[in-house]
Amino acid sequence: MKNITSKDEAFQARIDAGEKIEPKDWMPEKYRKTHIRQISQHAHSEIVGMLPEGNWITRTPTLRRKVGLLAKVQDEAGHGLYLYSAAETLGISRDELFHQLHTGKAKYSSIFNYPTMTWADIGAIGWLVDGAAIINQVMLTRTSFGPYARAMVRICKEESFHQRQGYEIMLTLCEGTPEQKAMAQDALNRWWWPSLMMFGPRDEESPNTEQSVKWKIKRKTNDELRQQFVDITVPQAKVLGITIPDPDLKWNEERQHYDFGEIDWDEFWQVVKGNGPCNKERLQARNDAWNNGAWVRNAARAHAEKRAAQAEVSEAG
Amino acid sequence: MKGNPIWEVFIRSKNGLEHRHVGSLHAEDAKMAMENARDVYTRRQEGVSIWVVESKNITASNPSENGEMFDPAKDKAYRHPTFYDLPDELEHI
Repeated sequence: MKNITSKDEAFQARIDAGEKIEPKDWMPEKYRKTHIRQISQHAHSEIVGMLPEGNWITRTPTLRRKVGLLAKVQDEAGHGLYLYSAAETLGISRDELFHQLHTGKAKYSSIFNYPTMTWADIGAIGWLVDGAAIINQVMLTRTSFGPYARAMVRICKEESFHQRQGYEIMLTLCEGTPEQKAMAQDALNRWWWPSLMMFGPRDEESPNTEQSVKWKIKRKTNDELRQQFVDITVPQAKVLGITIPDPDLKWNEERQHYDFGEIDWDEFWQVVKGNGPCNKERLQARNDAWNNGAWVRNAARAHAEKRAAQAEVSEAG
Repeated sequence: MKGNPIWEVFIRSKNGLEHRHVGSLHAEDAKMAMENARDVYTRRQEGVSIWVVESKNITASNPSENGEMFDPAKDKAYRHPTFYDLPDELEHI
């Protein structure tokens, strides 16, 4: 064993040995930057992800659906907060993170740039979008950066109700009138491909994957996770009795996996670049929320100052 | 933004167990930090008691000094029961 290793080698050795990295530990600058980018994108996705579903809170078909959806959207706010906290342990401020989101500098998951046009979309989002997110997040509970992994454990515990509430919505529609079932099919048709896109570009088009796997930020590649999602989801669609909109989808006995068709990568990159159906609307909504909420932040500050002043007076008296 | 500091949140999941660090949040003062902690970290009855501590009040050891900090305990096997050789037939000790 050689005695002198570079800091980078020593760091890699810790990762290889399965050690977790904690915020105050030395880390390569690129490891820090990659994590800030990835954790903050994840946080922004939770926050922006509240918008398409928030759209339906006032119009749920029943009170049962309303309490469920409301709780889910509240969870997403909570998940955003856990993740912003984890990002801040790497030395970036919350204000900077918000600034990056509001100016459009930061990315968030492209799936939230699609509109929720019918009630069935809320079912499809819970089933497919949360289903895809869970596959990614379960992998991330074992990621090498401690605060991120811990936030993921907490999030995964809460997320499984999200998917079940979505699937139950789909199931109810599929057991309903022909019109309701058609609505569920229409939602699946629109959300299937964007859900597959959530796993990111194909492995050969994803230059960061190799380094991310080496640092155990990711423990599986985009294509592996996508395959896992397809294999899990196809039988779930069969239970619903609706059809996945992919003529190339079929079981491959040899691979013991489903083969599936090619994603429209032009659409994927268009939405990433800001040209999806709702990119502008989502960004505007976040900016409006931030600007219209300024008085609340100011009031909290004024209230804290008043309370501090009163405490001083009573101590002096 | 000035103010709005970070607070660390600790939760006792049930009586008999210790408070455990669960994460952090921003708040203008301790009372609001407590209210936020309840909403963010105990939506599913995760706790029976919450502590919030402003992060700047925590003094943390420095991982780059872990050697001098923790290594001295490494070679003190005599602090562990297995260090002492006793006959196998001996019981309750």
